[in-house]
Amino acid sequence: MTEIPGSSRNISFAIVGTGGAGAITAGSLLLEAAGKAGWYGLLTRSVGPQIRGGEAAALVRLSTASAACMSKEFDILVAIDWKNADRFIGAMPVAPGGLVICDPEAGPPPRAVREADCTLIECPIGELAKSVQGGRENMIATGLVAQLIGMPMDELSAVVLEMLKSKGEAAQQASLACLRIGAEAAAAFGQSRPLAAPRPHDSKRWLITGNEAIGLGAMRGGVRFAAAYPITPATEVLEYLAPALAATGGALVQAEDELASINMIIGASFGGRPSITATSGPGLSLMMESLGLAAASETPLVVIDVMRVGPSTGIATKSEQSDLNIAVYGFHGDAPHVVVAPLSVSDCVLCGQWAMHLAETLQTPVIVLSDQSIGQARVLIDRPADVTFLTRRKPFVATGEPYQRYAITADGVSPMAIPGQPGGQYTAEGLTHTERGSPSSARVDQHAQMVKRHGKIENFDFGDYWGVDEGDGASDTVILTWGSLTGAAREAIDSLSEEGIPARLIALRQISPFPGERLKALLAGTRRLLIVEQSFSGQFHRHARAHIDLPGEVRLLNREGPYNIGPEEIVAAIREWRAQ
Amino acid sequence: MNVPNLKASSFKSDITPIWCPGCGDFHVLLSVTKALAELGRAPEDIAVISGIGCSSRIPAYTACYGFHGVHGRSLAVAAGLKVARPDLTVMAMSGDGDGFSIGGNHFLHACRRNVDMTYIVMDNRVYGMTKGQPSPTTESDWDSALSPGGTGLRSFHPLVIALASGANFVAREFSGDIKGCTRTIVEAVRHPGFSFVEILSPCVTFRPDEKAWKDQVHVASVPETDDPARAARRIMTDDGMNTGILYRGPRAPYHASVSDREVDLAPLERAFEI
Repeated sequence: MTEIPGSSRNISFAIVGTGGAGAITAGSLLLEAAGKAGWYGLLTRSVGPQIRGGEAAALVRLSTASAACMSKEFDILVAIDWKNADRFIGAMPVAPGGLVICDPEAGPPPRAVREADCTLIECPIGELAKSVQGGRENMIATGLVAQLIGMPMDELSAVVLEMLKSKGEAAQQASLACLRIGAEAAAAFGQSRPLAAPRPHDSKRWLITGNEAIGLGAMRGGVRFAAAYPITPATEVLEYLAPALAATGGALVQAEDELASINMIIGASFGGRPSITATSGPGLSLMMESLGLAAASETPLVVIDVMRVGPSTGIATKSEQSDLNIAVYGFHGDAPHVVVAPLSVSDCVLCGQWAMHLAETLQTPVIVLSDQSIGQARVLIDRPADVTFLTRRKPFVATGEPYQRYAITADGVSPMAIPGQPGGQYTAEGLTHTERGSPSSARVDQHAQMVKRHGKIENFDFGDYWGVDEGDGASDTVILTWGSLTGAAREAIDSLSEEGIPARLIALRQISPFPGERLKALLAGTRRLLIVEQSFSGQFHRHARAHIDLPGEVRLLNREGPYNIGPEEIVAAIREWRAQ
Repeated sequence: MNVPNLKASSFKSDITPIWCPGCGDFHVLLSVTKALAELGRAPEDIAVISGIGCSSRIPAYTACYGFHGVHGRSLAVAAGLKVARPDLTVMAMSGDGDGFSIGGNHFLHACRRNVDMTYIVMDNRVYGMTKGQPSPTTESDWDSALSPGGTGLRSFHPLVIALASGANFVAREFSGDIKGCTRTIVEAVRHPGFSFVEILSPCVTFRPDEKAWKDQVHVASVPETDDPARAARRIMTDDGMNTGILYRGPRAPYHASVSDREVDLAPLERAFEI
């Protein structure tokens, strides 16, 4: 493909319409076609809780390089209609000089759009769709955007044909006609926002959501059983695993509630099968008692928590990083366990696999803190690299001696018998127990087992997976963050670097046990430490402070949901700090 | 694998039960071990899952694999285990508080789900471990410190609920009838799907009146049925002291299970390529 003059390495567009109008489909088609053509990209949905009739918008960013987070502003906004747009249009401001395309029949644009510094173009989207038998407005919108950004029509047509394969040829042809008509209409605007040509590549791109990626990661990690109770925004993890497990001889059971799902995976794991469930804050709250049981009975399992805005029911469809406290500190009693967090959609694959490995190896519950912003983002990425972990439960071997399920060992991990193994019979126990597993209220047993469970996790070598240390390693300005905000922070240090401001990024994947000693060493000499997190009370900041004394001056850039902290805010915070 | 020469004692552990002298649960333990001997599977192929309460102490008193979990969730643990390991014989054991109050929702859905396992509830109509509070099966006027003068609530009818929810095998026994209990447990384990056995098991400490049960129970005068409507009418109109197998149904057990086959992830990975 030849470079188009005036093209950009990044283009962002939003397609809005009433739920059911097909805005999300339009965005998805363009994203997939972009992947076929060799670009990277990211799609997030802005949807209300209603399936139809509410607001819906597809927000898409396409890029010549990996796109880690959504843009703050949009180069192109196409409105199929403006119904309900007032409620959410603030979340997708048009960039200065941006293009807004709307149907004059759909009424006046919302005030935020009318007052924006943008070019408003009227286009009879509805009428154009009606000119084709079976034509749809969202396909007109797709054609418009394709033309404006310079998307090759061959790729787009192929994606549309594939999507409508089951709908028959008439529907396929109608959609192709709409694409053409939309593209022709846009060609007449005398405006465009071309995307720079993709870099040459030889491997196929992947199109995947964070929720699918974490499910695939768990599959790579050997999961054989899942229990499921639906909850937004985690359901897609379970809906991914259901057919994936069925196709590979595993099983997923839909449970009656989260109390059942956590206990089902305890049972399956006791039976020797690596097990998982996925939930969000309200479900995690219900699971806490049994997570404690898994810690005490040393039953390996993984719980994926796709965090949403809390507390209580909160905002189910928006993101927050506010379950750190419950995930790390929510257990009653002292119950050592592991909490990890993926740094990006692509990293969800690694984290899902790593979590299964940690659970099996340490015989402990592992909570993975993903969130809505990456869980429900659909991205174009390179295939996540293969990683090999030497995963295995320490096996029980019959010796003729009485079996001690909770034997004190050097590394704190005891051989675990699996039902069916002769001579390994034991009762897994949530009561304080002896090494054999017999209930005990003796101080000596409480102490011995506490030390053992604590030690197996604290003394474990988590290796290089603790997190990432990127950017200018010599800089005394450090951005410290965790989980999904790593994408925004990465873009921020890139922007700062382009401005000539050196900055370093440290992002934690390992949340608990907290990698305190490692972090302390990395932060030595830091003068400015900016902690970035998506929680009102600064849960991560307090968590870090509870473990180490933070060096230099510390500032906090934090906020509750539903608006994600973006790269430009991080850049502004650093710029301002340095100017003082 | 079937093992010859198994005795009840082959299924008893060396741990001494901590139940009160005279507790009906001793007899249930004996019946369970006798039934397991008759069934002939090795102890390592059997898993006994429980929750919290006096009766839920039972797994450690057997020589099988066991799981003593949290209050009310034994059926979920058992269902997960059986789906993950269809080769095992899985038995959940519970009490009336654990099974019908805190675990009530799981009871409904375990009956519906019909996983091939056996659920034994030792019903003494009282919370014993917490020293005498009314459970869902306690009479509404039973006086206690927590609910003076009685709860005023209608007592729960586990067998009717089990029938209505789809349990595939429903029976009631009395702990003192070792022969009857043993026979019914054997039949329950052999019957495919979710088998529910309520065992009236007196609490001599907090419900001394239940010592009279041995004179009140009687073997049902009518044979078992595979007609849920008939079974329901019978169980709703009897005196609550009928014992024996009430219902044996034809439903197919829950379908899904985990296998040992080799996993090929390549097709799953290719699905993300565009």
